[in-house]
Amino acid sequence: MYKQYQRVKERLIEGALFLSGLFSIFITIGIIAVLFFETYEFFKEVSIFEFLTDTQWTPLFSEKHFGVLPLFAGTFLTTVIAIIVALPLGLVSAIFLSEYAPERIRVMIKPVLEILAAVPTVVYGYFALLFVTPLLQTIIPDISGFNALSPGIVMGVMIIPIVSSLSEDAMHAVPMGLREGAYALGATRLQVATRVVVPAAFSGIAASFILGISRAVGETMILAIAAGQQPRLTMNPFVPIETVTAYIVQVSLGDTPTGTIEYKTIFAVGISLFLVTFGLNVVSYWLRKRFREVYE
Amino acid sequence: MQWYMKSIITVQIIFTCTITYAAQIIKIDGSSTVYPITEAVAEEFQKIEKGKTRVTVGISGTGGGFKKFCNGETDISNASRPIKPTEVELCKKNSIEYIELPVAYDGIALMINPKNNWVSHMTVKELKKIWEPAAQGKIKKWNQIRTAWPDKEIHLFGAGVDSGTYDYFTEAIVGKEHSSRGDFTSSEDDNVLVQGISTDVLSLGFFGMAYYENNKDKLKLVGIDDENDANGKGPIFPTYDNILKGIYQPLSRPIYIYLSKKSADKSEIKRFTEFYMKSGADLSKEVGYIALPDKAYELALKRFEKRITGSVFGGQGSQIGVKIEELLQKE
Repeated sequence: MYKQYQRVKERLIEGALFLSGLFSIFITIGIIAVLFFETYEFFKEVSIFEFLTDTQWTPLFSEKHFGVLPLFAGTFLTTVIAIIVALPLGLVSAIFLSEYAPERIRVMIKPVLEILAAVPTVVYGYFALLFVTPLLQTIIPDISGFNALSPGIVMGVMIIPIVSSLSEDAMHAVPMGLREGAYALGATRLQVATRVVVPAAFSGIAASFILGISRAVGETMILAIAAGQQPRLTMNPFVPIETVTAYIVQVSLGDTPTGTIEYKTIFAVGISLFLVTFGLNVVSYWLRKRFREVYE
Repeated sequence: MQWYMKSIITVQIIFTCTITYAAQIIKIDGSSTVYPITEAVAEEFQKIEKGKTRVTVGISGTGGGFKKFCNGETDISNASRPIKPTEVELCKKNSIEYIELPVAYDGIALMINPKNNWVSHMTVKELKKIWEPAAQGKIKKWNQIRTAWPDKEIHLFGAGVDSGTYDYFTEAIVGKEHSSRGDFTSSEDDNVLVQGISTDVLSLGFFGMAYYENNKDKLKLVGIDDENDANGKGPIFPTYDNILKGIYQPLSRPIYIYLSKKSADKSEIKRFTEFYMKSGADLSKEVGYIALPDKAYELALKRFEKRITGSVFGGQGSQIGVKIEELLQKE
């Protein structure tokens, strides 16, 4: 009797777990289906060629142009700035935490770093607009109130914990024996960190970089607030630009009726963005498998 | 997707019903330029009504407001330009008749950063050269407008494409309603524009006067010369007097509310409209607009009482250079 009860209970638990797993898969499929459907409708009216090659993006105006390049230029520019900030800082702090910091400090600093990731992005957005931009203007007087540099830097700060935390986990997992071997050969601490631990943990570090990049590509709020709303095909970080995500916000906030071409544009650019982040995640997965060093 | 949206809407309806079951609701939406006046009137009105009536005022732009109004979703629509042919069509299709009431006079201000020391005024021709669709991707620097100005990029800011301010500005400057270049920062939220212009030395932008009044210390006005001496010689600044005299041309205009004739018979809408026409003069001044003469409000109220429908401008959209006296004659 008791055994039977146990068995039913186990079944129920398994069923519930299976359903919740299935639920998230269904949601993903639903999102992709909606994106594809609306994008298909969009490309009935605009050719893919124009979408990919036109250098102007003005679907809301009377002279409509549907070139997605200016939006992706904005996303690319801000992402590059964020990476320039986040990768070195994240990697160095990961090396410090894993190789130099005493255990006591390590357990203290790591959660503090991770708090950076818990700050709401809208706060980062206003921090960029109202603090970092005026600060930059005192150094570079020509920089505009809305620009790519300031939100790019702030976004970089935001993704430091992603890079440092994941890289640090990877480095921490490198077996002690490797380090001891290097020390036995007379290597210094720095040599051990840069020539033994970092290469050994390379797959994890690379994966953390790519996750950081894909986070920057998809970031919305900071850029919608501080980067401006003017699609512009430029690599100049001092002028107002618009990213893919900020455009989606702009259209969603306005009063665009459903079914119009303006409405469909957000799905077309949305799916383009999705393909980019999806590609990055695939690369990250592949890197982890390909370069994984297995220590028995 | 569909059922999901529906269930959200149903839940919202249930919530709104339970919270406000006792009060009558007046639904208003439309222009962000008219919003400050209507909101001020609505606040005072709700105080007087002591909770009997609730007034909600949205800002989806004149165009967005008319879309909802002509679908019968709102009682009153704020408009910073007269109704357009496409909107007349939509209202007709849904058999919505409307009464047009002018509520105040407003100027569109042209602004630069206070640190900009090369511009003092611009002509309408220069503005057209900057804003017309052909300028897109071509007019990018200050010295392309006047050779004496610096060889630096010009950063443009303007009211969003759903706003009546955008429609009026394009009609007055470019010569064709809703037609302009598309490579500028455009936002329905005037505060975003204030932020952009006030932090960018190379900026130039436009929006309704009232938002300038509230941010005087961060912005600098540009005088406008329409090169027509009948409207005053040389550049004219959008001061209270100039707008009242009708010489700040072509960028000053009357602004309106549109009432649905069906709603006009409800007693709360009647009380609201009477209150609006009585206190509109004081409240519009208070929030930074130019009040119409008392006579105009009296005439407008008569128009409402007689339920005269339609637009005095014949449903043709923005009209340039309508002075206060002319508005009165049309009543």
